[in-house]
Amino acid sequence: MSETLGTTGLILNEPLLWERGKKGRCGYSMPAADVPQNLLPTELTGDGPDFPDLSEIEVVRHYTRLSTWNFGVDTGLYPLGSCTMKYNPKINEKLAGLRGFAAAHPLLPSVLSQGALRLMFDLERFLAEITGLDAVTLQPAAGAQGELTGMLIVHAYHQAQGKQRTKILIPDTAHGTNPASAALCGYAPVPVPSGPDGILLPEVVAGLMDSETAGIMITNPNTLGLFEENIREIARIVHDRGGLVYGDGANMNAVLGIVKPGEIGVDILHLNLHKTFSTPHGGGGPGAGPVAVRKDLARFLPIPRVVERNGAYELREDFPESVGRVLAFHGHFGILLRAYAYILSMGPDGFKQVSRLAVLNANYVREGLKDVLHTAYDRPCMHECVFSDQNQHEAGITTLEMAKRLIDYGYHPPTIYFPLVVHGAIMIEPTETETKEDLDGFIEAFRSVVREAGENPEVIREAPSRCKVKRLDETAAARNPCLTG
Amino acid sequence: MRYLPHTDEDITNMLGAVGLKGLDDLFAAVPGDCRFEGTLDLPEAMSEWDLERHIGRLAGRMAVSPEYNLFLGAGSYDHYIPATVSSLLGRSEFVTSYTPYQPEMLQGTLQGIYEYQTLTARLLGMEVATASHYDGATALAEALLMAVRITGRKKAALSRAIHPHYRQVVRTYFAPTGYELLEIPCLETGLTDIDRIGEIRDLAAVALQSPNFFGCIENVQEAADRAHAGGALLVSGFTEALAFGLLKSPGSQGADIVAGEGQSLGIPRSFGGPALGMLASRKQHMRSLPGRLVGQTKDRDGRRGFVLTLATREQHIRREKATSNICSNNSLCALAAAMYMASLGRTGIRELAALNHDKAEYLKNALQKAGCTIRFSGPTFNEFVVGFPGGFDALHRRLLDRKIVAGLPLGAHYPELADYGLLCVTETCSREEMDRLVREVVS
Ligand SMILES: Cc1ncc(COP(=O)(O)O)c(C=O)c1O
Repeated sequence: MSETLGTTGLILNEPLLWERGKKGRCGYSMPAADVPQNLLPTELTGDGPDFPDLSEIEVVRHYTRLSTWNFGVDTGLYPLGSCTMKYNPKINEKLAGLRGFAAAHPLLPSVLSQGALRLMFDLERFLAEITGLDAVTLQPAAGAQGELTGMLIVHAYHQAQGKQRTKILIPDTAHGTNPASAALCGYAPVPVPSGPDGILLPEVVAGLMDSETAGIMITNPNTLGLFEENIREIARIVHDRGGLVYGDGANMNAVLGIVKPGEIGVDILHLNLHKTFSTPHGGGGPGAGPVAVRKDLARFLPIPRVVERNGAYELREDFPESVGRVLAFHGHFGILLRAYAYILSMGPDGFKQVSRLAVLNANYVREGLKDVLHTAYDRPCMHECVFSDQNQHEAGITTLEMAKRLIDYGYHPPTIYFPLVVHGAIMIEPTETETKEDLDGFIEAFRSVVREAGENPEVIREAPSRCKVKRLDETAAARNPCLTG
Repeated sequence: MRYLPHTDEDITNMLGAVGLKGLDDLFAAVPGDCRFEGTLDLPEAMSEWDLERHIGRLAGRMAVSPEYNLFLGAGSYDHYIPATVSSLLGRSEFVTSYTPYQPEMLQGTLQGIYEYQTLTARLLGMEVATASHYDGATALAEALLMAVRITGRKKAALSRAIHPHYRQVVRTYFAPTGYELLEIPCLETGLTDIDRIGEIRDLAAVALQSPNFFGCIENVQEAADRAHAGGALLVSGFTEALAFGLLKSPGSQGADIVAGEGQSLGIPRSFGGPALGMLASRKQHMRSLPGRLVGQTKDRDGRRGFVLTLATREQHIRREKATSNICSNNSLCALAAAMYMASLGRTGIRELAALNHDKAEYLKNALQKAGCTIRFSGPTFNEFVVGFPGGFDALHRRLLDRKIVAGLPLGAHYPELADYGLLCVTETCSREEMDRLVREVVS
């Protein structure tokens, strides 16, 4: 292993919160009591939660140490396919902390919240422009909730047509949230097998699309990193038979300013602002999943909606056909603000370059690895490339083991075992913000892992060996769940 | 562009490596009739400096304290956030990581969320808690769908004293399912009419909120007993998590599932989001829980470590049969809540909750003395419903010019409470500010 890729640094242990502290300590600056005490009836009060009492320094050390066991985009290359782990600009964090926004109450009267409403109004317009659709809701909290919102709109649309439908077409390459979101609306997912080239074939869709089918959910580019070339034809088939086309926009990073989904037959599309629009993922969220729709579907969008009248903005609820509210307030405003800042930083030309370089980086990695890893589909990719562990079968080394070994080299592993259509999938999405040198390092590391698979499989099976912990026993965790301490 | 590191030389070399001439050749797979040939109609790129000035101006058009005095709660609360929480939460190892699919590389997040689950369970008096949901409203909707799964019944009843927006979200989630939603009315006391529970057959769940939307403290135990008598689960909601520093926990009063909003625990209001959906249950319902769970395990050397677990409930494994469609959650907000709960500790959270209560009672009493109507006479926490002598709405409007936001007018959601408003006081509200409000009300 190259000497430059990591050191045996000092990793400090840190107990659980409640294994620290002492009763009577407090890490919080209690405001002075300037009013008389007023006791609640004792039958209403309890003993208070059994929290540990910690001093400020203990809290600070605890979380600082925990943070050192984490790996983020700021630490290094994070090529998780389908997750678009691009750099998260620091200025956006600073702007989200501005008191005018961070301290703003969601139920302020419109006249007292013009700054936030204007920002939301403009962001909706920007996203409509980028997607080629007409109207946008910013309310959904994440991609999956965007999908749910989209499916609620599909449901409301068919209801308004006078006949509800029962099924929905979902390609076999789709993310798990697609069928789960459709099922919440009572639609039975019908899997659509992708063709030999990894993309959908119109004749297959035509064979499945009937008058009981509400529409199709398409991810484009799909999760194999391939552009659905037949999308227009597929959309025509679905539309002709009364269905709607839902676009999962999780992979929009490949086609910003290059393809407008609304112009190629997509009726409804969600975006993942925490992927394409650079907002940080926070170790699992929060994200944001705005939904854009065709003009005639705008009446179904969630309430409240931001409207403008003579330069003044307000939130309005009087949309009788709306699917309703999907979140208590107006969406993850703090995330929306970061995406807005990102869009203003990139400008129209910046976006096109983002997608070009994202696709260039993915193809560069693909080229660098395709002679040692089996390519699932032997053709150029869009923003991500998918391999499998087929070449390593003989050595008895799996995708999981190679992924764990990459950690020892200082890289976050790719997405593994997804999409499900590729056995032992390894899905690499480098994103546009990575330098050529870092990609070279990653390619070199992966090639080295592949070499080890043949020459020294033991070291791979032992990986990772340089983290805070060795390989963790996930089976035992699920067999005897211990979810609280 | 500073976020794009490629030099012209890099691009040339990389294109050469993949055997292409120009960047546009990368899109050969996109058919001509799928291409957008124009230029996006977006504003020209701004420098960091211009951007800061522009967004700073927008932020300047928002009414926030200290320039404004706000007595506004209704599901979003003004609590002081310790500098430690903001600072620790800003550590980019936490902020810029993804969901911990590779646990060895994300033990910081995983231990942090395991601790969050534990503190949440202790706060709510439950045995298990999930890793987070989007907000209190979606947590409540998911809790009710969970009750439908557990009981196999297709009907749920919601108290009218649950936050109106939460009820709207539940309706949205239920609309396409065919499950029935009923409403339980309120009494003149501002409390849910729990006698009605017994009148409804075959309920999967009864849901109420305590403290409820009006700030009134419900009799959760009594409601749980009635629900259980009919074979239904009791889902207890909340919007003000800090209340449980002082009040009995819902779990200690018979709730089966607890779902609510954790924004009070160290999360900025941020115009309503991101916030924190908290969801907890009894252990027997663990496998019906929606969303992610972190569990403790061991590594190969026998050392303690943490992983995402019970994933067979989730969409990436079970697809349409999953217990929920949720994937990304509000993890970083959960971490903030854990930091906040850890900073307070048992001693601190009790003292802070009591202080919040004392302050709200101070304003309530002062307004009453000044001739205002306190609509519900029972005990409340932090919030209460009030009528002003000359009418609520008119005075509320007038006070906006004085830079006071005197709560939330209730008429839009509760016609029976037209001309009443919901006022909120937390520890950030000084006696002086409250006295000023009272003076304005009587003048
Ligand atoms: C293709 C695709 N669709 C949907 C989602 C769900 O998005 P979220 O995690 O924001 O709910 C993801 C996220 O991983 C995805 O990759």
